[in-house]
Amino acid sequence: MKYFTKSLYGGKLHLHNNRVAGLRWARAKAIKTSPTMSEDAPGVTEQKLPKDLAAEKGMVNVQIDGEWIQVPRGTRMIEATKLVGKEVPHYCYHPKLSSPGNCRMCLVQMGMPPRPAPGADPAYDDNGFQEIGWMPRPVIACANTVAENMGIRTTGELVETTREGVMEFLLINHPLDCPICDQAGECKLQEFSVEHGRGQSRFQETKIKKPKNVDIGKNIRLDDERCIMCSRCIRFMDEVAEESVLGFSERGTHTSVTVHPGRRLDNNYSLNTADICPVGALTSNDFRFQMRVWFLKETKSIDLNCGTGCNTTIWTRGNEVFRITPRENNEVNSAWMPDSHRLGFHHLHSDARLTAPMVKKDGQHKETTWIEAVNKAAEGLRMRQASEVAVIASGRMSNEELFLAKKIADALGTDLLSIVPRQGESDGKLVSADRNANTTGAGLIFGTEDPAAKVDAIREGVRSGKIKALVTLQENLLKEAGLKKEDLEKLDHLVSSHILANPTAANSDVVLPGAGFAEKRGTYVNVTGRLQRSNQAILAQGNSRDDWETLAALLETLDKDYKAPASVDGVFKALALEVEAFNGQSFGSIGDQGVIISETGVTIPLIEQEKARVASGQIIG
Amino acid sequence: MATIKVTRPKLSVGEKIYFGSIFKGMIVTLRHAFKSVMGKSRGADEFNSSGVGITMQYPEQKWDDELPEYYRGTPALVTDELDRERCVSCQLCEFICPPKAIKITPGEIPSNDEWSKVEKRPQEFDIDMIRCIYCGMCEEVCPEQAIYLRPDYIVTGTSRKEMVHGKDRLYEIGGKRIGLVNKWNELK
Repeated sequence: MKYFTKSLYGGKLHLHNNRVAGLRWARAKAIKTSPTMSEDAPGVTEQKLPKDLAAEKGMVNVQIDGEWIQVPRGTRMIEATKLVGKEVPHYCYHPKLSSPGNCRMCLVQMGMPPRPAPGADPAYDDNGFQEIGWMPRPVIACANTVAENMGIRTTGELVETTREGVMEFLLINHPLDCPICDQAGECKLQEFSVEHGRGQSRFQETKIKKPKNVDIGKNIRLDDERCIMCSRCIRFMDEVAEESVLGFSERGTHTSVTVHPGRRLDNNYSLNTADICPVGALTSNDFRFQMRVWFLKETKSIDLNCGTGCNTTIWTRGNEVFRITPRENNEVNSAWMPDSHRLGFHHLHSDARLTAPMVKKDGQHKETTWIEAVNKAAEGLRMRQASEVAVIASGRMSNEELFLAKKIADALGTDLLSIVPRQGESDGKLVSADRNANTTGAGLIFGTEDPAAKVDAIREGVRSGKIKALVTLQENLLKEAGLKKEDLEKLDHLVSSHILANPTAANSDVVLPGAGFAEKRGTYVNVTGRLQRSNQAILAQGNSRDDWETLAALLETLDKDYKAPASVDGVFKALALEVEAFNGQSFGSIGDQGVIISETGVTIPLIEQEKARVASGQIIG
Repeated sequence: MATIKVTRPKLSVGEKIYFGSIFKGMIVTLRHAFKSVMGKSRGADEFNSSGVGITMQYPEQKWDDELPEYYRGTPALVTDELDRERCVSCQLCEFICPPKAIKITPGEIPSNDEWSKVEKRPQEFDIDMIRCIYCGMCEEVCPEQAIYLRPDYIVTGTSRKEMVHGKDRLYEIGGKRIGLVNKWNELK
């Protein structure tokens, strides 16, 4: 419903034909005998029929379960019923995919005004509507569009018995796998069979046997017996992922979903098919038998694996992340997400997590308190000249952390502050070429076009020994930064903040353990200049701390005038006051869908493709 | 406030001299005491007692034979005729358990296993018997007829850890259960 009202209605639902409009029409009819003769009469606007009033706005009048509303011309019946809060059960229909109308679950009763006899004028009732002649047989609501004076019934004997019948057919060959099926709890077949099913099966014969537990791809497991032939996965692979590897084979009751012979479903978007599968036919290998969904808590967040910043839902139980699924945002990721990004959460529970601050003494790392670690870090930095100190931040850090990193660089008096560039190749869909989540934000906060410009200077400075002390935040310097172990050994003082143990941490004098992406709140600006918010789903592991706290503590030690705020909201408040692009923003104003704060001219290819398909009427969007 | 005057009941002379009632009660007590000494206490058979009083001499004597089949003792997992573990770790019992005594770690049945077609079974299944309230919800909710409350009621241990029944212990208590719905049959 959200996307619908947004795209077609500009967010406002306009209900028409209240009693006033009806009375106005009745009055006009009392004066004039025929509505067609009222053209030249005064008060012509008052005598317009509801259909003409609607047509002026490009709308049509539709009666849904007795209630008249105006909806835009060309709206699907199923979307029109959503507007009045009536859910029509459906399986094959998905607003982001084409509508083949093959599941037959969304059958509703439809009616149109009877065609008047030749020469006769249509008759209007007191409210200006024609009488609806109900059709004796149901129609599908997903692939039919509304028309003027159309009637839709989503309840009633015909509709209910039809649904019961369709449900019975769908359940004929469906196995009773619910106790072992991962979809249980979020299965549309379970939900609708409770609402519209019979409760008892009348099927006496043996169920059709089909392949179960089929390995069709790296991330996806297929169970053909559970499939109800809605074809969503096939259409997704054809239309969105654009790699047609799935299809139906066999006929009739033996129809089953299969991969093309000799090929596998190893597309980077394959897990989206498990999301849209209304039953448990396609399930995720990664999430397979991990946890029942009813135990999981949902946290709205964003993905930080690339500059797109796909909107996500993090599913957790206790202090553990179990899966990540895409969350709909029509300006960022539609309803999809690449597999590579959604599976990138396992490091949060890795054994290599750093869980306590450490200080190097006699070549050995010793666990210590936060106060001592921060003091030690600040002490080593303060001892050097401003020209001997540099700060390497990460483009994966949040705006708040980057803001504090900038403040630390200012407090140290160095202008050697840079993020590490991380360029890859765009896949022409959702994976951005920029693999840093927050390059745009870093640019805005550092006040430069290219926030990674000085990384070369820092690298050379470290190699030549000019830089004596270095702060590195969430970056393994041996990787993208291009430094070597012997370069790091030249440094007198290396302070680093990491989530996982790595060679840079091993070479550091002070190690400050940080929090993973699901363990902290923060804001990020994606490649299109959209400010988005990530939320905390679980607690940081062990004694590790949210990075903004570490940075604020370090800054407090370096700059006696600085007073750390009580929460990350306070950091953002200071950032919003200081950096122009963020002016007037707050954690609240960002909302779940984010706000555009900067014009970058970059577009997300998949969103552009989707907009074109919406414009051409292929999908609802 | 209204005042209610309560009149004392009128007692006869016999009632006023209350020694009669005392003797009556004493005789009943003495009769039971005498029977008890003779080993002929009333109800001794029902309570399976020695007859010297009606107290059952637990734990030397137990009432186990008298327990009905539906007695709600310790919850346990059962296997079927073919020694297949019936639990498929759907975690409904974990969900329904009011004191949150059950903790299940689901696992996949390896493809070389005889019952690999069932796909899923518990990797770990712990019931914390300190938490368990013997309500029987787990038995009621189980879609696979895998968990039953057995007539065992003696659950003891010297540490909290000992009081947590693991999968092995649960199957040991539950044993084999015959004559249940055989859902994962040869047709399945």
